[in-house]
Amino acid sequence: MNPFSISMLGRGLVLIALLLATTGSFAGYLAGSRRDRRAWLYARNAAYGFSASMIGANLLMIYALVTKDFSVKYVTQVGSLATPPLISVVSLWSSLEGSILFWGGILGVYVALTVWSLGEKHKEFAPWALHVLLAISVFFAFLIASVADPFHYVPNPPMDGPGPNPLLQNHWLMAVHPPMLYLGYVGMSVPFSLICAALLAGRFESGWMGPVRNWMLIPWTFLSFGIMLGGWWSYAVLGWGGAWAWDPVENASFHPWLTGTAFLHSAMVLQRRGRMRDWTLVLGMATFLLTLLGTFMTRSGVFNSVHSFTQSSIGPVFLVFIAVVFLYSVLLLAFRSHLLDEEAEQVAQSIGTRGGGGGRSILSREIAIAVQNVLFAMFAFTVLLGTLFPLIVEWTQGRQLSVGEPYFDRWGLPLGLGITFMMGVGPALPWGRHDPAAATRRLGPAVVVGIVFAGFWGALGYTKPFTLLALFTIGFALWANLHEFVEPVWARMKARQEPMHLAMSRVFVRARRRFGGHTAHYGVLFAVFALALTKGYRAEKDFTMTVGETVDFDSYQVTYAGYENVDEGFRTAEVANFHVVRNGREVGTFGPRMNHYPTQMQPIVTPAIHERPTGDLYFSLIDIGTNNGGQKVVVRMIHQPYQMWLWFSAPIIALGTLISLWPERERGRSASRSPAPHVVAGSAK
Amino acid sequence: MTDAMKKRLFGVGAVTVALAALGVIAYSNLGDSIVYYLSPTQLLEKADAQDAVVRLGGMVVPGSYKWDQDTQVLEFDLSDTEQQVHVVNAGNPPQMFREGIGAVVEGKLQADGTFHSSKVMVKHDNQYQAPKGHETEGVYANPTLDGESS
Repeated sequence: MNPFSISMLGRGLVLIALLLATTGSFAGYLAGSRRDRRAWLYARNAAYGFSASMIGANLLMIYALVTKDFSVKYVTQVGSLATPPLISVVSLWSSLEGSILFWGGILGVYVALTVWSLGEKHKEFAPWALHVLLAISVFFAFLIASVADPFHYVPNPPMDGPGPNPLLQNHWLMAVHPPMLYLGYVGMSVPFSLICAALLAGRFESGWMGPVRNWMLIPWTFLSFGIMLGGWWSYAVLGWGGAWAWDPVENASFHPWLTGTAFLHSAMVLQRRGRMRDWTLVLGMATFLLTLLGTFMTRSGVFNSVHSFTQSSIGPVFLVFIAVVFLYSVLLLAFRSHLLDEEAEQVAQSIGTRGGGGGRSILSREIAIAVQNVLFAMFAFTVLLGTLFPLIVEWTQGRQLSVGEPYFDRWGLPLGLGITFMMGVGPALPWGRHDPAAATRRLGPAVVVGIVFAGFWGALGYTKPFTLLALFTIGFALWANLHEFVEPVWARMKARQEPMHLAMSRVFVRARRRFGGHTAHYGVLFAVFALALTKGYRAEKDFTMTVGETVDFDSYQVTYAGYENVDEGFRTAEVANFHVVRNGREVGTFGPRMNHYPTQMQPIVTPAIHERPTGDLYFSLIDIGTNNGGQKVVVRMIHQPYQMWLWFSAPIIALGTLISLWPERERGRSASRSPAPHVVAGSAK
Repeated sequence: MTDAMKKRLFGVGAVTVALAALGVIAYSNLGDSIVYYLSPTQLLEKADAQDAVVRLGGMVVPGSYKWDQDTQVLEFDLSDTEQQVHVVNAGNPPQMFREGIGAVVEGKLQADGTFHSSKVMVKHDNQYQAPKGHETEGVYANPTLDGESS
């Protein structure tokens, strides 16, 4: 074998990464327990080295894929001479071994960014954080070096390969959905490591909570994006005209999102009031564990799902790793969290209060967040139960079954609406105070706005009770959040005679992180809005049409104009053309199609969608009638009201994150605190 | 035992009890959402199979496929090599449906021995391969992805 072949180089890089992660993790432990500066420096360099070799291995694999080097096993699995270069790059994550390598590469990026952002700050925590983060890296490097080795040398390379899964090369969204989801999944290892670091160091002063929360916020945002793009991909590619089906693998990405969202809120209570500490730590650790479980569910082939196109032997290895991380988390919490109590005790004595002062009060923000947290935890738990139940029954009774959508809907609906409602209640309540009059003053108008909003849609004909209830909570939450911004702006304009734009920018700068959070709330409201209307008012019908025939569907008149064959080089397609007219006005021609890939037996059906803000018209081919000369086509038409608004949710959430994380100017920190001046923040201020 | 430990123990206990209660409620809620997978042999063995909605998985027998595009009714036989069941599906076949592939249908067995289904799901796979025997495992598209017939 050529010593400079890609296989050899790739394996070399992976083994170097494994070595650096192992020694670096050990050095991190030494640096943490003995405050050994040389060990710390080594751990840091090893972390950078791990990142470099992992990213290098990924680039090498991309090179092999683009140059079609069939002496590399992974290229023989997913490459083909007919695959265009861009799709070759994307096929890095189109199959198991490549996606684990890609996972390792992203871990490399996160490791480097974590080390870089910690710098010389947080000296007590940083070595421990690296110790845990690199220990996680050991596992993935080991996986890539052993059971999921993509660089395996093929002694007699074939002339050509099968090419990537056609479902993956059928739409540009496949180039962005997996990386986003991976950035979310992999990134959760960072907050996990930082939480472990606090427990290992036996300290948790509030200065550490900032980085932990920020490092949760970043992967959480990618996860939000990844979930939304996955829904969009499903909608635009799979042809059933929906974004979410409670598929086990979809649920797998939803569990960590739920616990992560709960963490982001309970962490505020911890920062501000010194309460809910252990609960917050548990949520953070659970989020990481759930991403591991999600990867296991996606990649082990235990589930029958459109996502589990690969089945492999990494399942058991992954299960062992999940068990180890779970045990480690439990033990760490059991044996170390009392140290944090002692610390809290000292801090409380030094500032003369316990837990930030103030008694408990029903109408305070921390109670609202506690309620919200319970709802999120229930949501995560019930979805997890429904997802894992078929597995449990199969393992214990040997029977195969599936849990259908009704179960998930029955839980998701009330919990989702409850959470949406709390999204309006929380921001309107003050920290640590009980002020029923103020609460009524703030929430009263929001209730009115909610009723008016629901009434507006009701008048348009959307009168199903649950849709109206959803619309009410949306209006309520929307106003409650907006009010938090509008009221201080109005107050400034009146009191200081400031022009509106100046008042707005000053209010905004004062509490930027809060408004970042509210912006994320708006994003979620967009999603709830789209889901409520599509769920309640979707219409679908199959039509058998001859050329020239016109049918009425929803408010459209659709004419079948015949089909054509298209040759695009790497694939051929049959495109059926439909002329659409609405209220006498020409809308356009839409061409749902069947794509044929040379290496695949089965055609891939691609829908055509007419997108409008008030609803999508969706065409999906069922049969193009090649056996009757294209005279008869069978097509499914779907009307999805207000579908488009779902796609806006993730960008708005990301904008909110960006607003929150944008580096502050020097003056910042004190000014960005809560406008309620008497609240003494946190247990360790 | 310190106060803090008592408090924590109480917290852990409360969360455990709450989760257990939620688990019981959710479990009892699963009931009508559960659909069992059966092979044709298993289906015909079960005397009471006519009452419940089940999923039936097997291979689409070559030569048995009939689809009327105008009435939008699909008929075919599903086999696990030992037994076969005639399926009448109210609705069109999903995109990749053809003879010889693995398919799963959801519906009820009728008294006359035919299986009336409302959903057909097919196997999405890179390479074409016929399922072996009882195998209903494998990679099926989600029910709603391909199969739902209205």
